[in-house]
Amino acid sequence: MAARIFGSGIKRREDPRLLTGQAKYTDDLALPRMAHLAVVRSPYAHAKIKSIRTKKASQMLGVLGVFTGKDMVEAGFRPIPCAWVVPNSETKTPPYPPIATDVVRYVGNAVAIVVGTDRYRARDAADAVEVDYEPLSVVVDAFKATQEGAPQLHADVPKNICFHWKVSGGDVEAAFKSADVVVKERIVNQRLIPNAMEPRAALAQYAPATGKVTLWATTQNPHIARFLLSLDTGTPEHKIRVIAPEVGGGFGSKIPHYPEDSMVIFAAKRLNVPVKWTETRSENYRGTIHGRDHLQEVELAAKKDGKIVGLRGKVWANLGAYLSTASTGIPTILHGLMLSGVYDIANIHEDVWGVFTNTTPVDAYRGAGRPEATFLVERLVDMLAAKLKRDPAELRKKNFIPPFEDGHTVATGIVYDTGNYAGAFEKALKIADYTGLRKKQAEKRNKEEYLGIGISTYAEICGLGPSQVAGAVGFGGGLWESAIVRFHPSGKVQVFVGISPHGQGEETTFAQIVASELGVSVDDVEILHGDTDQTPMGWGTYGSRSTAVGSGALMGAIGKIKEKAKTLTAHLLEAAAEDIDYADGKFFVRGSPEKAKTIQDMALMANVAWNMPKDLEPGLEASAFFDPPNFVYPFGAHIAVVAVDAETGEVRLERYIAVDDCGKVINPMIVEGQIHGGIVQGIGQALWERAVYDESGQLLTGSMTDYAVPKADFFPNFELAMTETPTKVNPLGVKGIGETGTIASTPAVYNAVLDALSPLGVKTIDMPLTPERVWRAIREARR
Amino acid sequence: MNHSVSITVNGVSHRDEVEPRLLLVHYVRETLGLTGTKVGCDTGQCGACTVLMDGQAVKACMVLAVQADGSQLTTIEGLAENGKLHPLQEAFWEKHGLQCGYCTPGMILTACHLLERNPNPTEAQIRHGLEGNLCRCTGYQNIVAAVKEAGKRMRA
Repeated sequence: MAARIFGSGIKRREDPRLLTGQAKYTDDLALPRMAHLAVVRSPYAHAKIKSIRTKKASQMLGVLGVFTGKDMVEAGFRPIPCAWVVPNSETKTPPYPPIATDVVRYVGNAVAIVVGTDRYRARDAADAVEVDYEPLSVVVDAFKATQEGAPQLHADVPKNICFHWKVSGGDVEAAFKSADVVVKERIVNQRLIPNAMEPRAALAQYAPATGKVTLWATTQNPHIARFLLSLDTGTPEHKIRVIAPEVGGGFGSKIPHYPEDSMVIFAAKRLNVPVKWTETRSENYRGTIHGRDHLQEVELAAKKDGKIVGLRGKVWANLGAYLSTASTGIPTILHGLMLSGVYDIANIHEDVWGVFTNTTPVDAYRGAGRPEATFLVERLVDMLAAKLKRDPAELRKKNFIPPFEDGHTVATGIVYDTGNYAGAFEKALKIADYTGLRKKQAEKRNKEEYLGIGISTYAEICGLGPSQVAGAVGFGGGLWESAIVRFHPSGKVQVFVGISPHGQGEETTFAQIVASELGVSVDDVEILHGDTDQTPMGWGTYGSRSTAVGSGALMGAIGKIKEKAKTLTAHLLEAAAEDIDYADGKFFVRGSPEKAKTIQDMALMANVAWNMPKDLEPGLEASAFFDPPNFVYPFGAHIAVVAVDAETGEVRLERYIAVDDCGKVINPMIVEGQIHGGIVQGIGQALWERAVYDESGQLLTGSMTDYAVPKADFFPNFELAMTETPTKVNPLGVKGIGETGTIASTPAVYNAVLDALSPLGVKTIDMPLTPERVWRAIREARR
Repeated sequence: MNHSVSITVNGVSHRDEVEPRLLLVHYVRETLGLTGTKVGCDTGQCGACTVLMDGQAVKACMVLAVQADGSQLTTIEGLAENGKLHPLQEAFWEKHGLQCGYCTPGMILTACHLLERNPNPTEAQIRHGLEGNLCRCTGYQNIVAAVKEAGKRMRA
């Protein structure tokens, strides 16, 4: 049993509570005397606040209080901290007040808060707060914001340039000089809205007698939230308890410390009642971070035989109006270091400018930096193939980094752990019947039907990551994980972890690990997470790190449990500890498995402690921390097949093949689920999704009516397969799988559409490839 | 001025005084405390708030509580009978048709109505039928498989 549970697609233990409506998300919680907070938000993208009149609102029925930014400053609340300052980039960190006091810098910027007895009354009163604004000129485009004469957002940030970061490896100038061919592209990796199905919410309770603040919040990382809140709310860290109850998806958008977290704490303290804030979806679109938003000018150099020799680029990364928690790290470390992709490219250089604009802050969104890297590399490789009149599959094979098991250093300086890119690609080509597809494509083209085949081969950096590297690249925290394994007298196990899953299923996979390693029934294991007063410090769930890093800590604790149980068994069997063997939950003297002690026997004895060896503490509990020696680099090959209707511009996805390699798989059902979801999010970017601002800074895609979240009937069933190249970075050989689909699928589908349109002469279309854009591109090309 | 409404939810009758503007979803979640029904948007797109009203799947954020006066509602809490999961709940569990779980109550109730109208839907019909419910986690493939499987079991 024990051996089989690892690697088996058992059903998730999370599900019964979710399927029956018993799970409690933040907005489902209600406390006695609980009040509701509503935020008054700026309708202007850039304006001076001339006056705020709150009297009328504060006299309305059920209103407990109306407050402004000044009230929060006076109560000792400080600006929202930025937790990632990339070194060697002259990063400017202008203050990010939780409520604007003098200037608003994006539509949705908070200007006041209202607390009422219910959400309707709070909203009514929020609408009655009168704010006089003096509009200022607005800039929403990152490139334009850096030009002479552009509106200036922050006093100490000339040309709105937050940072200028560079990555360099090899001699890119020489490489381009020596090249036979160069392909260039201007890529708009458009702004996206994360759209976790659960909007954000925060509920704060204050206990004056103890000084304790409890915050229930929609967070992916309660321990980071507590740490950051201790910096800006004036409450010391040990007096803050952050609980992430059930969290309805995050995709990065629930990593940051947001102004509303501080607002509810402020209001709960000031009014001495529990205060809850829940955003509406339309509020979410303005007040919760966005993702991507790069303008890229990139070029790739190659020899005429197709060997790639250099890649260089310039990127203007839109950061929005303020620095969200991790925003500077996304377009730099998580983007620029991945520019070699799966290819051997000796010479790489990129300049990245992080730019403030009058838009919602931009931060990590599923993939976070890596989709922006993978897309440009995969696009350029396809363009190079077209220019050289080579098959894009053949060109990729020529340039792959050969298989490696002990690290491979790329030009950007990072060391990939393990990889076999050609292996995954060959498998994908076979499943797709690539040769057959090309034949079919040629036949269809003869009939003026446009079938496209798109390839994306990728590797990505995740399993964040070694803490030393985190420090070196300016991340204001560690990136290790922790676990406590506790055996109760009856042999049942509770595990307390620092990660904070919210849909990824680690309650199940971590129980599978414990069951496999310690020989207990999987049903006898409970995994607890998401409460800073109950779980050990950990850095949370993002960057596909929970299993890759968290399981390392879990394995450390399991190892300690085994050692202690061995010592105890040796004592009881009157043998030497080194003579004790362990198999499937049983400890025995080597060669005498018939006289075994079970882990449950040892749990009971250690807990009652009637007969312990002299130097052994009672109890069977172990705690461990794990800081990985490197990141992990999952990889794979995706192939999309599309049909484009040249008359309407409509793109129909006919097939989608994904071969991914995340090392060892603990639960294949969960891994497949992660891949499915990722693919759909990435295809969303390729075909439909785009956050649009007008020149005055109004978000035109300001509700779900206007922003195209993919629907069920847009997709065929995906064809999935795996290869298995374990990592040596963690004890189980596992890599992350949370973001691969999103990273791989955008270029696969984009390349497929452009491949379909190549006979018509269409060379480029900005994403998303909506029917209108495709139709216009065809029409332009035909002229 | 408040209005009196009588609404039967999961077989239990309720009579409450409500503001005329109170959304049915807030009545269910906050007046009755049945928080299994979720709110995912404010424009009727996402379907997280779907409940069955007199057997029809409706988005409870697009209905006022006063409009539901006299009706019979089924929410996710009322689907399992005597602790036995509904075939849709079973199938979503087995086929891994959920991740974060937030869209799941609405998705299941929509699927319930779908299977009621068409007990043996094709995959395309299922995908079409779920168009009004958004999920950001699963990529829909396993949801479609779950609805298909549930249909099979309900026909048996």
